[in-house]
Amino acid sequence: MKEYQTITEISGPLVFVETDEPIGYDELVEIETADGQRRRGQVLDTASGHVAVQTFEGTSGIDRDSSVRFLGETMKMPVTEELLGRVLDGSGNPIDGGPEIVPDERRDIVGSAINPYAREYPEEFIQTGVSAIDGMNTLVRGQKLPIFSGSGLPHNDLALQIARQATVPEEAGEEEDEEGSEFAVIFGAMGITAEEANEFMDDFERTGALERSVVFLNLADDPAVERTVTPRLALTTAEYLAFDKGYHVLVILTDMTNYCEALREIGAAREEVPGRRGYPGYMYTDLASLYERAGRIKGVEGSVTQIPILTMPSDDITHPIPDLTGYITEGQILVNRNLNSQGIEPPINVLPSLSRLMDDGIGEELTRGDHGGVSDQLYAAYAEGEDLRDLVNIVGREALSERDNKYLDFADRFETEFVQQGYDTNRDIEETLDIGWDLLSMLPEAELNRLDEEYIEDYYEEEAEAVTADD
Amino acid sequence: MSQATETDVREDGTIESVSGPVVSAVDLDAKMNDVVYVGNEGLMGEVIEIEGNLTTIQVYEETSGVSPGEPVESSGAPLSVDLGPGMLDSIYDGVQRPLDVLEEKMGSAFLDRGVDAPGIDLERTWEFTPEIEEGDDVEPGDIVGTVPETASIDHKVMVPPDSEGGEVVAIESGSFTVEETVVELDSGEEIQMRQEWPVREARPTVDKQTPTEPLTSGQRILDGLFPLAKGGTAAIPGPFGSGKTVTQQSLAKFADADIVVYIGCGERGNEMTEVIDDFPELPDPQTGNALMARTCLIANTSNMPVAARESCVYTGITIAEYYRDMGYDVALMADSTSRWAEAMREISSRLEEMPGEEGYPAYLAARLSAFYERAGYFENVNGTEGSISVIGAVSPPGGDFSEPVTQNTLRIVKTFWALDADLAERRHFPAINWNESYSLYRDQLDPWFRENVTEDWPETRQWAIDVLDEEGELQEIVQLVGKDALPEDQQLTLDVARYIKEAYLQQNALHDVDRYCPPEKTYRILDAIKTFNDEAFDALDAGVPVDEITDIDSLPRLNRVGTTPDDEADEFVDEIEEEITEQLRSLY
Repeated sequence: MKEYQTITEISGPLVFVETDEPIGYDELVEIETADGQRRRGQVLDTASGHVAVQTFEGTSGIDRDSSVRFLGETMKMPVTEELLGRVLDGSGNPIDGGPEIVPDERRDIVGSAINPYAREYPEEFIQTGVSAIDGMNTLVRGQKLPIFSGSGLPHNDLALQIARQATVPEEAGEEEDEEGSEFAVIFGAMGITAEEANEFMDDFERTGALERSVVFLNLADDPAVERTVTPRLALTTAEYLAFDKGYHVLVILTDMTNYCEALREIGAAREEVPGRRGYPGYMYTDLASLYERAGRIKGVEGSVTQIPILTMPSDDITHPIPDLTGYITEGQILVNRNLNSQGIEPPINVLPSLSRLMDDGIGEELTRGDHGGVSDQLYAAYAEGEDLRDLVNIVGREALSERDNKYLDFADRFETEFVQQGYDTNRDIEETLDIGWDLLSMLPEAELNRLDEEYIEDYYEEEAEAVTADD
Repeated sequence: MSQATETDVREDGTIESVSGPVVSAVDLDAKMNDVVYVGNEGLMGEVIEIEGNLTTIQVYEETSGVSPGEPVESSGAPLSVDLGPGMLDSIYDGVQRPLDVLEEKMGSAFLDRGVDAPGIDLERTWEFTPEIEEGDDVEPGDIVGTVPETASIDHKVMVPPDSEGGEVVAIESGSFTVEETVVELDSGEEIQMRQEWPVREARPTVDKQTPTEPLTSGQRILDGLFPLAKGGTAAIPGPFGSGKTVTQQSLAKFADADIVVYIGCGERGNEMTEVIDDFPELPDPQTGNALMARTCLIANTSNMPVAARESCVYTGITIAEYYRDMGYDVALMADSTSRWAEAMREISSRLEEMPGEEGYPAYLAARLSAFYERAGYFENVNGTEGSISVIGAVSPPGGDFSEPVTQNTLRIVKTFWALDADLAERRHFPAINWNESYSLYRDQLDPWFRENVTEDWPETRQWAIDVLDEEGELQEIVQLVGKDALPEDQQLTLDVARYIKEAYLQQNALHDVDRYCPPEKTYRILDAIKTFNDEAFDALDAGVPVDEITDIDSLPRLNRVGTTPDDEADEFVDEIEEEITEQLRSLY
């Protein structure tokens, strides 16, 4: 392998090298500094005579005399089932002091798009035990459902709760399925603080979840450019476990905002024409190449479900990061600052939250026949209650009609009884829906226009009597 | 994609540089927009810039590992699609490669590189029935015979537009593949069922006419308030989660077009899978056959190569034009045109072109308008009439309609269905905002509705719009002082508007009955609400308090009409109208 000592320019994370042989696009590069340190990088631009290299670990210490080797292949992730239980750094090297990883195979980390024709439509209900998700924004296997949060909000607690509690209820998942395929969690951390990482690791160890997890850690003080690689390593591992080994894999990626910042940094270093707010114009495509790696494949047992977490800068959902994410993912779960300060756990605001795959994952035989109607009715009623809150601030409760007051009470109880549950409570779907009916019974029957009459007969009247009896 | 049978292979060029999907080559003898094959793997690309000896190519596949020095070969022909029987019931990527064939050829669920496949099956035979006889004179575009393509559609075999025409010397019925000659002309020209056409060029027509027939969609708010004409253009902009895709899919399912071309441009893989799974199962409300029998799907999901995303809308509209030439009404859905615009932006920025607004290339407006102009109600060269209706979803960043793609689209399209995040949040679907949306086709479609549905269609619609307008104004006051502070007649208007919103505008796309509402039923529901309105105001005039009026128990039944089966709906509405009238009159 040829070694070059022909670096012409170093700028931010980029190194420009003159070459006298053709170098492939995306090829892996190793740079050795004068004092023997080795850095890895990737070809960003190649032309005959010169290439641009993006280094993963930063360029400090590299000078024009450093030697550059082109490895002749694109970046690969060594994959094996043995990865379960291991902790790796953001570039995929073990940092848990365990044995060397002996790979079954080395996989290209960019991955290929799943042929839409070969996909299987996700419709297998995952019970997370969180009412605001199960009841209102149901998660299904193979979905990508991000958590949109803000700085200082407990999104990590929510993610951990989901990772801990997620199951497929027995009626839906057949016996064979339960034995044949196992559940695994892949955790990809990008630029999170060491403290946050400890929180995750402690929880994984405490609950024994680590055994069925693979952890990739790129911490806040690790090189920013490495963050563009970490999620790809995580997803390559996830795809291997899911589609080759039949695992049902839940991938948690946090924090996507740091990932996008790294993209912007590289774009700026390359002097690209920026898109909105300085983020590169190809950010949509780039994010899609991550998020779209969730799904199911026909005739294959496993699945990849993604829960990316992102913190919205100044809680702004129209910021390019949440905006582009929302256009790619199948919904979003919003963590809300006001609910959090009211002490609601988890502080999920269901109104702007959404699960696009919910409708096919719920209903008769999947969850319960009334699920769709209950959810719609709760949404409509809570939205109405929310609207009225603004009005109450101006005119006071007395000025409102009896109907309006009912909706106000409903909205309050919805937050404190339905959404509020604590991070350790695991509610099954029956329980969630029963709480829903309990709340709906506050409203007059004529108001329940989203529910089929048969369900109102089945569930509403009893509850209504119970409520009157209490009065 | 099109595989030119006799490819005119030119001299090879050499790759000079690679940057993502953009590759430059030297010494390549190629014209603008020619298809070229790049690198050792022969990745498909298209020439987008020529500067001296340097040719810039956008590559339709992932370029990882491609290096300078590898060869580039030109096909000598522009990006074209194969046109012929077999396109319906197919699912293509952005350059017309059938995805099912690719899966088979690649032997994997993942999309590999450098695999090519013809857009239509070259082996399959079709039953050809001549429509003309030996000795007849034919001209370009003329229909020479038919082929039963699917249960719903007879495919018309046409003389290619670039043919000379002439006298038919041989034609016979029988089974042929798309490459076998079905007609011979005296000029020696042979006509096959398969044609090729460059995607970036519109197929010729004689004349564009003013559309006068609605494209009925079975969606109450669309047919009732903001109708689209056959041959019209519409835009559906909306923030994420507001239901663009659901609306597009409802249109693809229920619009009364003969042919539907559905382009999933840079959208979610699972959504396309849903279409692929659903359409063969669902019946077409017009013919009762499977929806897939009239549908051609183009799926270039967000993680598939960005250059192919740029071309997928052209692939789609060229296929649409081909069926229009046969005299069919075609509806084309592009979900989403913003992703297409972003693909243009991405390529433009790789070319280091001077950006226009928000980094989009300066030619964005021109490309958008050129695309929408390919829609219309046409008189074809062969004398038939056909139409292409284009419905483009737009995904404005942050839901802000002032961004360039939405604005440039709105300058072209005549129907605007504005999706509203606020309505979506309260699960009011379709979340189409009735104050912001408009249709400029209303007047020219009214005669059709008068004749085919009911004489007072325009008046009833105007009544509904007026009530909704008034409600919008009243709501502003209610926000300040509460509903009870309003005079009784205004309170009643609010209640009427509420029923218009709940029973009429809302429609459940997932309910077996409600998802499709024929125009007659659309009218009946609105008319029933109007009956309530008229009777209620009479009662109010007679001194009945508004609470008593809105408390009558027949009223909530209005909300159940949508889910009542079409054949029972008429009777059900009669019954409700009677009850409402009776109950209200008994109050005074």
